[in-house]
Amino acid sequence: MNSRLLIVNVIRWFILLFVQIFLLKNMGFYDLSTPFIYVLFLLLLPFGMPNILLYLLAFGTGLTLDAFYDTMGVHATACVVLAFVRIAFISISLNRDAIDDPEPSLSYMGFQWFALYALLCVLAHHLVLFFLETFRLTEIGYTLMRCGLSCIFTLLIILLVEFIFYRRTAR
Amino acid sequence: MRNLWIFISRYNAFFLFIIFFTIGIYLTVKNNAYQRSVTLNSTNEVVGSAYERLNIFKRYLNLGMVNDSLAAENAKLKTQILALTTIDTAKNVKVVDTITQQQYTYLPAKVIKNSITLRNNIITINKGSLDGIESGMAVLAPQKGIVGFIRDVSEHLATIQSLLHKDARISVTLKKNHALGSLVWGDGNFDIKKAFIKEVPNHIKMSVGDTVITSGYASFPAGILVGRISKTNVATNDNFLSAELNLFTDFSTLQYVYVVKDKLATEQKNLENVAKTNEQ
Repeated sequence: MNSRLLIVNVIRWFILLFVQIFLLKNMGFYDLSTPFIYVLFLLLLPFGMPNILLYLLAFGTGLTLDAFYDTMGVHATACVVLAFVRIAFISISLNRDAIDDPEPSLSYMGFQWFALYALLCVLAHHLVLFFLETFRLTEIGYTLMRCGLSCIFTLLIILLVEFIFYRRTAR
Repeated sequence: MRNLWIFISRYNAFFLFIIFFTIGIYLTVKNNAYQRSVTLNSTNEVVGSAYERLNIFKRYLNLGMVNDSLAAENAKLKTQILALTTIDTAKNVKVVDTITQQQYTYLPAKVIKNSITLRNNIITINKGSLDGIESGMAVLAPQKGIVGFIRDVSEHLATIQSLLHKDARISVTLKKNHALGSLVWGDGNFDIKKAFIKEVPNHIKMSVGDTVITSGYASFPAGILVGRISKTNVATNDNFLSAELNLFTDFSTLQYVYVVKDKLATEQKNLENVAKTNEQ
């Protein structure tokens, strides 16, 4: 079971980063809405993970993205924030002892919980990402608009992907 | 200690977050030119506006002095007008007097003792007061570059306070936009080929390769080549720009120097002393 999870996550990492870097990097609507689908990997990491490993994975994934986007540290910071929100949200919304699902995916957790979870994480990630990218408060309106629209775009794709790989038998 | 450890491990998510977040921000600011320039700029804005406010107050304190100098300038201009309007054009004979037109004369001198390894370097030359050398005269290097000022004079010899001296402070400008600055040597860097241009106003754009020349405000003639900027944005703790420059002067092989005699030097000095005593 554990090795299966590991393999699934490794494959997921490669596929998501591949799609992000080679497909979605070139996409964007009027420079306003850019999807960052690779965060799905961090969202779907298994529950029983130690925090340090989670942070390291988030940081590493972010750095990999940074290398391709030429924005040293921006994605890494955003991913670390996402990891923090993920840990906080899971510890608040779920009873730690009662978790018997392997990973926080749509098929295990249900639409409502997963949608809220994804929304909060993606929102935190995008806020940090866009504000670090602009790095000034004078364009706050434009930055917030970009952030909000990208958030919607990313969330739509994440939910779409989750529905495509939805497994009824899991529940 | 144990309680602290329990506390930290209990909220490890938060502490780890702080650590990784700090690393991320550090990387962002350190490696991205844009973010770095913005962080530096915003701090500069704060410092700059503080200085600006201070300056507004200072300006009031100096109003009396500024008034006096303006009055003196007015008087000077008025006498000029007077001189111009009273010229009798009928009797105006044009005489070109090249000797009085020439403000500077160069006197060659041989270096008989030179030092470059000390913090404060002094050069000795074989010309003295009998040759008309006076303290405070400027000294130039033979091809291009500046050497320093005459310091002490005896009958046949004179010493030069080299540019490689802690008190050397020479008014220079950038050739391309005539922005003023002062040339100093040895601010933590005792390379005899390098010096610093300091106190350049913040809005001036300096770039590597800019030529630095003398301003002509000190006893040096204007436009003498000094050096070429090799590094901009040297960090200082004041509100001005600094840059490092490569000197044209090669102090290690200095054989002959030119002492610059300024015909108007005494006149200028006297005049400025008069202005100074008037102000007091």
